[in-house]
Amino acid sequence: MPSLSEFLIVGALLFGMGIAGIIMNRKNIIVLLMSIELILLSVNTNFIAFSYFLSNYTGQIFVFFVLTVAASEAAIGLAILVVLYRKRETIEVEELDALKG
Amino acid sequence: MENPLILIALIMTLLPLAGSLIAGLLGPKLGRTLTHYIVVSLVGIAFLLSCYLFKVMVIDKHMSVDESFYTWATAGMMRFDVAFLLDRLSATMVMIVLFISFMVHIYTIGYMADDPGYTRFFSYVSMFTFAMLVLVLADNFLLLFFGWEGVGLVSYLLIGFWFKRETAVFGSLKAFIVNRIGDIGFLLATAAVLMHFGTLTYHDVFTQAPNFINKMMTIVPNVEAPVITVICLLLFIGAMGKSAQVPLHVWLPESMEGPTPISALIHAATMVTAGIYMVARMSPLFEFSTLTLTVILIIGGTTAFFMGVLAVTQYDLKRVIAYSTISQLGYMAVALGVSAYDAAIFHLITHAFFKALLFLAAGSVIIALHHEQDMRKMGGLAQYMPITYITFTIGALALCAIPPFSGFYSKDIIIDAVRLSTIPGAGYAYACVLAGAFITPLYTFRALFMTFHTHERTDPSLRGHIFESPWVVLIPLIALAIPSIVAGEMLLGPMLFYYPKMLGDSIFVLPDHNVINQLATEYHGSKLMALEAGKTLAFWLAMGGIFTAWLFTAGFPQWSTYLKKRFSLLYSVLVRKYGFDDFNQIVLVHGAQKTGHLFYDVSDVKMIDGVCVNGSGRFIRWFAQAARLLQTGYIYHYALAMVLGILIFLIWWEFYV
Repeated sequence: MPSLSEFLIVGALLFGMGIAGIIMNRKNIIVLLMSIELILLSVNTNFIAFSYFLSNYTGQIFVFFVLTVAASEAAIGLAILVVLYRKRETIEVEELDALKG
Repeated sequence: MENPLILIALIMTLLPLAGSLIAGLLGPKLGRTLTHYIVVSLVGIAFLLSCYLFKVMVIDKHMSVDESFYTWATAGMMRFDVAFLLDRLSATMVMIVLFISFMVHIYTIGYMADDPGYTRFFSYVSMFTFAMLVLVLADNFLLLFFGWEGVGLVSYLLIGFWFKRETAVFGSLKAFIVNRIGDIGFLLATAAVLMHFGTLTYHDVFTQAPNFINKMMTIVPNVEAPVITVICLLLFIGAMGKSAQVPLHVWLPESMEGPTPISALIHAATMVTAGIYMVARMSPLFEFSTLTLTVILIIGGTTAFFMGVLAVTQYDLKRVIAYSTISQLGYMAVALGVSAYDAAIFHLITHAFFKALLFLAAGSVIIALHHEQDMRKMGGLAQYMPITYITFTIGALALCAIPPFSGFYSKDIIIDAVRLSTIPGAGYAYACVLAGAFITPLYTFRALFMTFHTHERTDPSLRGHIFESPWVVLIPLIALAIPSIVAGEMLLGPMLFYYPKMLGDSIFVLPDHNVINQLATEYHGSKLMALEAGKTLAFWLAMGGIFTAWLFTAGFPQWSTYLKKRFSLLYSVLVRKYGFDDFNQIVLVHGAQKTGHLFYDVSDVKMIDGVCVNGSGRFIRWFAQAARLLQTGYIYHYALAMVLGILIFLIWWEFYV
């Protein structure tokens, strides 16, 4: 059985990859959504690890919540993506700078 | 209101206010005749009430009454009451004020007959009377200040009555501003009284005054001064403004721009005496400050002599009388300075009669000549206007202190009192008042000769059309001429020498300062005093003044032209009024304008507009320019910023909390 810190290291790595994906991604919004998914998963990993080692099931209940939110978020995100593509005919992150001051 | 006397005093005070409101608000509807009947009769009733009060308070020797009938405000421990103090001093003053005011009201009917602002003028005059009554009857510093400001305001309105004339507007502004300078002193004094005495009621302040003799107050850090001296000096600054003492006298000659009745009311008998009255009223404070008395003596003496000299070079009939008013106020101030408060009030009363008389007689001349005031365009009027001539002469003789006219007694007493006084500065003041005794007849009779005697220099178009003024003008002249003759002899004993004195305990004098008591030992009745006038120096100076005036105007007019050339420097100094006006105009007015422009350029344009208003706009523009560079619009930039923010926060959390 791996120790708690090994789980946490895995979670941190996943989180870092997710963040890196968001920041360094230049091409595709879908990758962005995937990176967010990755971040949520890293959080889930942490929840479960703590829940197991501290024998407290609240964490696992939270994981279900997070999964639900992640699923609906992905659905809404993809829907927005479809609308966005119809409107702008692109999903390239570089092109989407309407917020530029 | 428990005391009927206070009720009477209140009604008496409110009658002129009612008259003023009626004339001011309803005047145009009521028409001229009805308006002046209402206003004049209201003031007449008020005058009768004041006579009754005078009888009760002074003749029947009633105790002084001090009663509050309305609480204006309470702030913490302080109560500000609208309360009247009715004692011998205020009862006497009120009667004089209302008598002069009543005469002026009647006279106005004749003088202002052709003026489009007829009802407005009545409204102002009545309002002025009301303010003066409040000032006199007040029993605390705050109500006094109300009346004080009231007369200041109405005098502004009255001097600028003909507001289409530029000089009138200038004069009214000048009067208002110069009076404000004095008011600052008065207001500061009131604040100091409130701070140290904890009350503003005269009675409470005066009873506490002896405990404050050695108390000091800090003016600026590390500079201390006796409380009473500071208060008295500040009060006297207020009196200087109202009573036209050097160097705050500059407004009074300018105020001659107003109609003549108002010159008589404001600038001879009532408003300018407010300062003198106030100092006499505050005698329990001034007595404990010898320094202030010395200051009053020096300023009063300077005013009495040097302002009198100016009248000699003036050609405007009203301005000559105006300068003589300043000079006479100087005499009153000198009397205050030697602690002869009774004598000051005595001179105030006689002066009120004969100065109002002189102004109104001058006004009568001005009506006859269709508003010509320049004495170079008069002359030989005695044959056309005999009653005006006689009354003017009576006023002039009274002003010149010729026995047995009223001015003789009051002025002679002042000169004697100054001679006996031991207060520092009395020597200087004595020289000034003696010299003034020569100058006064010089300018008065110069005006008299130039106006009524010598050859006619009137405008040719007026010749044959100069008539005596109507009765409504002459009645006040005659009514004022009688007290101008007899008031001095009648009041001399009761006011100064009998026991108890007419003003009784309204006036407080320290035994060391009491020069009037010393004079009393030499006093053997007013008639004897008049008969022995020939033994006094002042009398011969006055006669010399009259003779000199005759020499230079009627006798040998060419001499005055020669003197003007011979002493052209001195003459030009006098014509320029010692440069007070020039100084004020150049240094104060232009200086203030320059400073104003400087502040406008630096603080307004550069600081407020440049830095604050436009500057804040510019800063925000610049900041926005910089900040918009941060807004790239790319989500990953925002995400990076967020992550960095969280990282910094975490590090801070970890290491510093």
